[in-house]
Amino acid sequence: MLGLFNRALENFLRQRHGPALWQRVVQRAGLPFDSFEPLLDYDPALTVALITASCDELGQTRETVLEDMGTALVSHHDRDGLRRLLRFGGVSFRDFLHSLEELPDRARLALPHLDLPDLLLEDRAGGHFTLRAAPPFAGAGFVLIGLLRAMADDYGALVLLDMAPPVAGADVISILVLDESYAEGRRFDLAIAAP
Amino acid sequence: MDRACLSISGCCAGRIALPVAAMDRLMPMHLHLSASGRITALGPTLAKIAAQAKIGAGGGLTGQDFFQLFEVRRPAGVAGMADLSARQGERLHLGMRGGDVAFRGLAMADVSGGIVLNLSFGIGVAEAVRAHALTDADFAATDLTVELLYLAEVKRMVLGELQRLNQRLQGAKTQAEEQALTDTLTGLRNRRALDLRLAQAVVAGAPFALLRLDLDRFKAVNDTLGHAAGDHILRMVAQVLLAETRSGDLVARVGGDEFVILLPDLIRMPRLIAVAERIIAAIAQPVAFEGQVCQIGASVGLTVSTFYASLTGEEMLQDADAALYAAKRDGRGRVVPFLR
Repeated sequence: MLGLFNRALENFLRQRHGPALWQRVVQRAGLPFDSFEPLLDYDPALTVALITASCDELGQTRETVLEDMGTALVSHHDRDGLRRLLRFGGVSFRDFLHSLEELPDRARLALPHLDLPDLLLEDRAGGHFTLRAAPPFAGAGFVLIGLLRAMADDYGALVLLDMAPPVAGADVISILVLDESYAEGRRFDLAIAAP
Repeated sequence: MDRACLSISGCCAGRIALPVAAMDRLMPMHLHLSASGRITALGPTLAKIAAQAKIGAGGGLTGQDFFQLFEVRRPAGVAGMADLSARQGERLHLGMRGGDVAFRGLAMADVSGGIVLNLSFGIGVAEAVRAHALTDADFAATDLTVELLYLAEVKRMVLGELQRLNQRLQGAKTQAEEQALTDTLTGLRNRRALDLRLAQAVVAGAPFALLRLDLDRFKAVNDTLGHAAGDHILRMVAQVLLAETRSGDLVARVGGDEFVILLPDLIRMPRLIAVAERIIAAIAQPVAFEGQVCQIGASVGLTVSTFYASLTGEEMLQDADAALYAAKRDGRGRVVPFLR
């Protein structure tokens, strides 16, 4: 899944900050090429170098960069695929949260080599949930926060998200669902029009 | 109807009685038919589809004759309740009359002589979901239809990504070919490599010689013995040229049977002519190819960088070319130096 992540970060930097910034990141990270293939595997050290170089070039913290990227994954207008796949999780944001535990299995069914980290949802009642995941690289939890924030928006739900202290090496995200129908969400049709 | 119950025979308990609402949740696309073939109940998803397809004329499907509204397409010959009953447990293929939805069906008799017929979309599910704007809620919670749609969508994304990957690889291959410096047939350098090296030599300013070599009678061999023989000869010529030159010389094939050799630090005319004559003699040796003997020859024109006050690679190539044509005019199989 690192190819997928690396490429997603590349796309985010290119689209949000321009190709010139991306080229500077490539140089700073010492990458031997200037574009990632989403379906290929890469050395985890490349991902670490890529994240560090991105933060240095942008002058932003890892938290900010990764969370923004997670949000862009779902909300960028020409990247509807992932949003749609996540929306298959259910008709409400709560359904969606519960479906996250199934997400790695669904992904495995489609792409056996993808190897998403397991996600563990705990319903603490009163709209409070925690989501636990062993991060495949440091900071991965912030990508998840950004993604959840964008999905809440997509469902029209009002939600508070926070990174809680890690437990046994796993990132813990605290989710407080305040209002499930706070705003009108985006429309979702199960089957999209044939291209 | 809401409070009515359907009785379904069960294998162990003998019979199970279910409220209609429960049937609706378990099988949102079921039909219940009376012994006479009237539709007495149907699941909500099926009702939604029928309403959209305007089948059942306003009042919905209830009370209407099943075989008026539906046709069993496979197996053939299912036209009445007795036929349907005889096909219990089999996979049926059905369609709505006047609508283009296709269903899979499974019919089982109930205890009162009626039939419960459960339908699904089968393989055309994505089309049907799209056409009828169905949602998660239109399927039973146990139904894997949504997973199927999910997989189809992932597959579409991955295929798109693979297609883009292939395009990028194709582009990279084309680019690599454009940037290649080697002639793939002979393994010699190509025109591009020659141009680069010649430009470098001109800039560097150290003396060098340029030899242009054309094969004689090559076209005849190619035409009579075929391209394979021609290719064989070109490879043999390449070996000769490499054998008769030094490792620092550049030997390039720049056209079908045209070669250029760049020799750094070698401008003494007698030496150059000796090299060219050795090459011409070696190429003139008969070559065996698949039982046939072919003999070709070579003509050479040459020039050296010290002839020029202001040197350009292009001018040197033209002059070597002019010398080469002089060699051909003079009867081929010889070397002619360009004369200032």
